[in-house]
Amino acid sequence: MNQIDARGYSCPEPVLMTKRALEQGLPLIVLVDNETPLQNVRRFAVNNGYQVTWKAVGEDYELTIS
Amino acid sequence: MTRWKEHLPVILAGLVVGIASVVLVALGNPVNMGFCIACFLRDIAGGLGLHRAPIVQYIRPEIMGLVLGAMIMALAGKEFKVRGGSSPMTRFVLGFCVMAGALMFLGCPLRMVIRLGGGDGNAILGLVGFIAGIFVGTLFLKKGFSLKKSQPQAKVEGLLMPAVNVALLVLVIAAPAFIFFSAEGPGSMRAPIAAALAAGLVVGAIAQRTRLCMAGGIRDAIMLRDFHLLMGFVAIFVAVLVGNLIVGSMGIRGGFTPGFAGQAVAHTDGLWNFLGMVLVGLGSVLLGGCPLRQLILSGSGNSDSSVAVLGMVVGAAFCHNFGLASSTDGPSFAGKVAVILGLAVVCAIGGANVKKV
Repeated sequence: MNQIDARGYSCPEPVLMTKRALEQGLPLIVLVDNETPLQNVRRFAVNNGYQVTWKAVGEDYELTIS
Repeated sequence: MTRWKEHLPVILAGLVVGIASVVLVALGNPVNMGFCIACFLRDIAGGLGLHRAPIVQYIRPEIMGLVLGAMIMALAGKEFKVRGGSSPMTRFVLGFCVMAGALMFLGCPLRMVIRLGGGDGNAILGLVGFIAGIFVGTLFLKKGFSLKKSQPQAKVEGLLMPAVNVALLVLVIAAPAFIFFSAEGPGSMRAPIAAALAAGLVVGAIAQRTRLCMAGGIRDAIMLRDFHLLMGFVAIFVAVLVGNLIVGSMGIRGGFTPGFAGQAVAHTDGLWNFLGMVLVGLGSVLLGGCPLRQLILSGSGNSDSSVAVLGMVVGAAFCHNFGLASSTDGPSFAGKVAVILGLAVVCAIGGANVKKV
């Protein structure tokens, strides 16, 4: 399973990390620690034709892109 | 349909910011300066006596409103998460350099849009420079630029910036003899405290909610073909333009006056308007957001952004203590040197934080 931990990185790094990681294959799990990257990563993935689901994990969020 | 629904909040946010800006000018703020994060932080530095330029000294309540409005909205939305420790010194220096660029141009990116909506042609050169600076910033990002991870920190770390703003608010209301109030110039032009604070609170809350960011809008459009934040930027322009046309026709303070010469709190040196905003654009991208966004984040528990804001305040004090800031007559020689040095420093910071990916 392809997974990246983007917690703690400021805008727009989580999106760029996601972009690079998507080249490694699907599905991709992205961990982020607040709402801004959650929305940004989700929007990026949806705009590029991927399916996205997400859930809260404690204080953080886990997105699954497929 | 769903896409428009997603964009609607940021567009509405932009419209509200634009309207609030026109209203603040009508109520007494300097023309084309309903909001300006750089100018207002500079005025606050002056109000506290950190610089002694007599025409730009006033503890602007808009700033306190923005920070506290962002804090209230972040708390309400359970988004107040305290984080910090991502290259704080680097962020301080970037904030300092961004301020040097903004005071060359005479405005932050938000005021640049507001100036455009007031018909100030000089801001077109600023916009071109801003876009160029952001483009260079995206090259660093593509090469793997990062200021590294932030870490969770104690709640008090995130509450100190809002607390400082409460203290500033007490100061400006109590007006003790040791703080400074401009008797003339832009610092003497001010909307009533209650109106300025209220406008700041509203804009701070919606900017937190929608992540409105001038630099982010252009950055995402260039790098990701994502025009979401850019719509907020355009909405501010539209609201300011329409608002100015309305107040202008009613003979109220403000209005739309197209041209280059004689614009309010602006100069006509195109090259340096351009270069000042190149520095602001590049520095903002490396910081992860424009001065407005840094201020909003500083109210939302992000102590890295708080450090960037402090860098801007200190930068503003330096700019006025050493004659680096432009005046309506144009840029100073020292200011030109500062912008060139600032560009070199910011590029060096960019290059030094690039990591192969």
